[in-house]
Order: sequence, then structure tokens, then C-alpha cells
Amino acid sequence: MSDLEQFRQETRAWLEQNCPASMRTPAKGFDDLYNGGRNPEIDHPDQKIWCDRMAARGWTVPHWPREYGGGGLDKEEVKILRQEMARIDARSPLDSFGISMLGPALLHFGSEAQKLDHLPKIARGEIRWCQGYSEPNAGSDLASLATKAEDKGDHYLINGQKIWTSYADKADWIFCLVRTDNSGSKHEGISFVLFDMASPGVTTRPIRLISGSSPFCETFFDNVKAYKTNLIGEEGKGWAIAKYLLTHEREMISSFGAAPGKSVGQMAVEAMGADATGRLANGVLRQAIAQYQLDTLVFGATMARVGDEAKAGQGLGAASSIFKYYGTELNKRRNELNLAALGEPALGWDGDEYCGGVVSRDWLRSKGNSIEGGTSEVQLNIIAKRVLGLPDA
Amino acid sequence: MALVLNEEQVMLKESAAGFLAEKATVAQLRALRDSGGEQGFASEVWAEMAGMGWAGIAIPEEFGGLGYGYTGLGLVLEQVGRNLSASPLESTVLVAATLVAQLGSTEQKQRLLPAIAAGELLASLALQEGGHHAPLQVEASAKRDGDSYVINGSKRLVLDAGAAQVFVVIARTGGNAGDEHGLSALLVDAGTAGLSVERRSMVDSRAMGAIVLDNVRVPAANLLGAEGGAWEGLSRTLDIANIGLAAELLGLSVEAFERTVAYLKERKQFGVAIGSFQGLQHRAAELFAELELARSIVLQSLQAIDAGEQDLSLVASAAKAKLCEVAQRASNEAIQMHGGIGMTDEYEIGFFIKRARVAQHTFGDYNYHLDRFALLSGF
Repeated sequence: MSDLEQFRQETRAWLEQNCPASMRTPAKGFDDLYNGGRNPEIDHPDQKIWCDRMAARGWTVPHWPREYGGGGLDKEEVKILRQEMARIDARSPLDSFGISMLGPALLHFGSEAQKLDHLPKIARGEIRWCQGYSEPNAGSDLASLATKAEDKGDHYLINGQKIWTSYADKADWIFCLVRTDNSGSKHEGISFVLFDMASPGVTTRPIRLISGSSPFCETFFDNVKAYKTNLIGEEGKGWAIAKYLLTHEREMISSFGAAPGKSVGQMAVEAMGADATGRLANGVLRQAIAQYQLDTLVFGATMARVGDEAKAGQGLGAASSIFKYYGTELNKRRNELNLAALGEPALGWDGDEYCGGVVSRDWLRSKGNSIEGGTSEVQLNIIAKRVLGLPDA
Repeated sequence: MALVLNEEQVMLKESAAGFLAEKATVAQLRALRDSGGEQGFASEVWAEMAGMGWAGIAIPEEFGGLGYGYTGLGLVLEQVGRNLSASPLESTVLVAATLVAQLGSTEQKQRLLPAIAAGELLASLALQEGGHHAPLQVEASAKRDGDSYVINGSKRLVLDAGAAQVFVVIARTGGNAGDEHGLSALLVDAGTAGLSVERRSMVDSRAMGAIVLDNVRVPAANLLGAEGGAWEGLSRTLDIANIGLAAELLGLSVEAFERTVAYLKERKQFGVAIGSFQGLQHRAAELFAELELARSIVLQSLQAIDAGEQDLSLVASAAKAKLCEVAQRASNEAIQMHGGIGMTDEYEIGFFIKRARVAQHTFGDYNYHLDRFALLSGF
């Protein structure tokens, strides 16, 4: 038996024994995922049990090195672990910005001491992180951010405001872009610092969205202390880290384009009926759905192709610049088609008869996909300038 | 299978690009058009292509081909699209040879395929009768009479009709228009009595034609496959043909796009390069995204043929529908972004939009294939 085959069998046996039955059902949306933290929101006690068991093996972050709380698995082993988890419909044990965003940046830019300090706590789900990027006057033009960090010897004193800080009201720590220098161009003088959200001077105020939920906050800093031991990289060179991290955020958001479950076309036939030839009764809607499903199939093939090209050392990665733009636009189309195909039931906002308004709320939430993490228009600017080499205005 | 090219395929692509950019360019297509010749392609260029093995690229080695598979042929067709190279590569190699391989007996394959692979035999499918691709709407008839079939009917959109030495004619030996059963494929030599071939002048300046069959008598041995049983092989051939056309449309679209982006950087108005205007930048960036998607489905569908997938219909219709959509957009934007100069015959960009529409139409356009994709997807 090959090593990989043995790994698969051991993994299968371990998962069978350790994954609680209640964690073998799909999460009911974002709010049902386990995010960890000092005061975790626990809908079901099994969530924490499952996370702790996986973390003990380093499998909340199987591809990270063992010394940082990871599983030290190679790509093939990670793939097998994912396959075996999918085989029993096991949920992801821990979803956090620490894993998807800060972790990769720390692995790349952090000092050894910083990695040893922060990564294991991310892996074990002990600390929940939020991202301090956007400001009221620095959205698409992120580099014009103004939150000020004053040098006070062993620490900075932070003053300013962030906005659209995802789950700031629930997070324990923040990775934050601050301005340590005003004298150069706007991309210079930005620093990347970490600090505790429980520090004196931090206030958060949730923003209620059109979807009725409040995943984002306004975040205020009034003389907040951030220790220099938690400055990542060099002072004034934080923009490079910010951009690196944004690519991870964009990858995460673009994966929304891969729609799971029943196809919209099949859903529409159930809701509206088909003619004698099997065609959806409304030809106008049918074309829109067919075009959507075609684009979804082709987008999936493109994600696979770019992944395969990267593995084979081919391609310049130009295609990956389209993922955030295309994936989020696809997700918005999917949500609009859900509304059109289902009709009145999709417009419900609350109550059991409308499943709590999940369809309309998802639809409204999807509008933010092409705004957060760089708007579609910013993505198109990036493609036009960096990939196609078109000149600046 | 990984969605990447192997080393052999990368080399093939590069050599095809180099050869066609030198020997079979848009300028040559213009010269062929302006000379008004019957044949519509240059014999010496075709002889060189055959010399490099392209005529047998997808034909198995046991029948005299290279056995590179359809991914190899698709890579060549992509370069054909970039250069708008006129040749019998599609009529004979992509379509007719595939149909013979699908339906023919071993004896028929041994007689026809090595000759095609050597570049000595030109063949073409005669299928379409009405204004649109509707492969079951065949009214042409073939009646058994002793040791022969007698064929009557008329066909259009026959690729390279003037140069073809043999036609594969789809005719009914049974059933009615719309039925899958009763369709038969018959080999008809170009010189056969009662067969008339008429050159048609199409917008893309390629050598299309129409044929009329008036009591054409062919030996019963010219039947490919079982009498009345051509549909399955024909259907698979059409799927492969559409994937090949999608590869050509990919090359055509990418070339039109690259020429357009180069023009946006060079053309100045209001004192600046027009490519600095966001109104054009975003349209170019969106088109870039669509072209990347198009490239993926073309490669995936070509690989599906070579992997021997039983049912190609969904992926073939996905590829053709997507490439029809993208080619239409890329060629329209090419004209619009070039402005007035894009409307002139002197400039080459107009050749791309003309070839695009004919390739889109051939064997089913966007509307045909998106409808088929939806039906196959259960709605």
C-alpha cells in the first residue's frame, strides 16, 4: 500500500471516529459556521468539540507547518483530507479571517517570534481576527487611508476610524493598516500592525445592512496602544502586505461564484413548469438561466485550468485577475435568477413560510460581493492597466 | 486530466503559429478573394500543411495519421483562426475524416483515411438544406435500387465544395424530417452523373458551395455504416466539428482583441491615447475575462474528445455557444473600437468579423447551441 493510500485509510478511520454526527450536515449559511474566539458563538456544543479535535491534529490548517499549529501536510495529503471530509459531509471545523487572510500574510511577512505568537492561536480558534482596512474616505482608493499611528517608543498611539470592518464587534484582535508617515506618496508610510480589540480606546458600532444582518462595523480608535512587537514587516512598508492579503481575500470572495446544490434551471422548472419539449415555460427567463449556467460551467473550467497551469509552472497568472470580478458578478446573477425563478416565495423577508427570508436576504447580501475587497470597477481597472497595459488617464 | 498542454502540444502550437503567420495570413486570404479563384485556398500551402502531417493529425496511426488526437488539431485550428488561414483543414480533416472514422467499415477507413492523411483526398460533408443548422430536418432521399442507391435532393453550406473529390451526403433512406432513424451517409464522388456543384460567394470569402443531386446513382458499397443508422455517428461528428470550430473562433477572437488593444494604445484623440479612457478600458477588461473563460472551455472540450467521453453533446454545445457569444462580442468591439478605419476594406480587422459570423453559423450558432445546452441541462 502506498503512503498516500495508508494516509487515506487512517484519515478515514479517524474522521469516522471523531467527527460528531451533527457536524456531518451542511452549515445553514454563514451564521452557522464556527469562528472561534475568546467568547465563541456556539449554536451547538459539537462545534467546539469538532474544532478542538481537529486543531489537536493541526487539521484546522492542515497545510501550515506543525510548529505553528498546522498539520504539516503536503498538497496531496491536504487533498485527501478534504476528500475524506467531503465523503462524510463533514463541516469545516473552523472558519476565520485568521486562517484565510492574516495567516498567509504572517507566514510570508511575519518574524519568527510573531509567527510563534499568533499562528497557533489562530489554528486552535482561540483568537478571532478582524481586518481594519477601509475608512470613510478610503474605499476603492484604499491607499489614501488616514488612521494615524504616532511613534511612542515601544508602541504606537492609534487615532482614527475604520469602516466595513467585518465582525469587529465579535473579534478579539485586529490586523490594521495605519499611517506612520505622511511625507511621501500615498502608498508609502502605511504600516501593518496588530492589536487587541479589548484595548482601551477601541469602540465598534455594527452597521445594519439592506439584508437585515450586521456583519460590518464602524470601528473607532481613540489613543489606542499598539506595541511595536506587533508591527509586521518594516514600518512604512505595509502596502505590499496589504496587497498580498487582498489577493487572499479576493480568492475567498470569488469562490462564491461556484454555486452548490440544485441548478437554477431545475429549480425554475419545478416552480414554473416546462412545455411538452421539456423547455422551461418562459423562454426569456430560460435564456438568462442558460447563459448563467453556461458561464458558471466555463468559470469552473477556468478556475481548474489556472490551478493546473500553476501546478505545471505554465501561464503568467493573468487569468487569475478575473476571478474576483467574474465570480462575484456570477453570484449576483445567480441571486437575481433565484428571485425571478421562484417568484413570490423568494420575496419573503421573515417567517417560517419563507424560511426566514433566506432567499431575499442572500440576494441583498450578494450586492456587496462586487463592492467588498475591491469593487468590480477597481478589478477592471487592474486588468486594463496591469494585464492589458493600457495607459493611465 | 489536467487542463494544460503537454510539451508536444506546446511545440505543435508554436510551429503552427510560425508557419501560418508566414504562409497563410489575412493578406493571403485577401489575395485569394481578389483573384476570384474557384478553389478558395492555395494548393501549395495545403501541400505544405499535409507535408507537416496536419491532414492526418487526428487520424489514428493505423490509418496513416499522426494520432495526435483532436487536442492537437484544435491547437492548429486556433492558429488558423488567428490568421484566418484558408485551407481544407476543416472540411476534410475536422469533419469528413471524423465522420468516416465514426461510421466507416475497416475497408472504407483503409481506403479513405490514409489518402486524407496524405493530403491527396479532399472530402466534405453535405448536410444542411435550409437556412439554419437543423441536422434532423433532412429531406434529401436515397432509395435502394438493386446494387445502388439513387439520391435526390439539394444541400448548401458545403465546405470547400468546389475542391472536394468526394462528398459524404446525408440522405433519408427512411423516416421523416425530424426523425433520428432513417438517416444514411453515402459517399458520392465529385464527377458522378447527376451531381452539380455550384460555388457560392459568402461573406467570409471561403470556398463554400451548394450541391444538387438529381437521380445520382452510387454503388450500395458507398454506404457508410448501417442503412438508416447514421445519426449516432453524425451527431458525434457534429459535436467534434463544433468543438473544432470553437477552437478556430478562439484564435480569431483573441487575435481581433489583441489587434484592438494595440490600436487603443496607438491611436490618439484629445491629445492622448484612446486606451486611457475608462469607457474603453472596462470594455476591454471585460472582454479579456470572457476570452480567458473561452480558452478554458475550448481546452476542456478538446480533451473530452481525446479522453473518449461517451457523450460530448453538453460540453460541445457549451463550447460552441460560449465561443459564438465571445466571438460576436470580440469582433463587434474590434470594429467599434477601431472607429472609422475599422469600416474600411483596406484595414484587415473587417476580415475577422466576416469569418466569425460564418464560423458561428456553421453547424449551429449561439441560439441553437444555448437552446441545446439548456435542454441537456434539464430545462
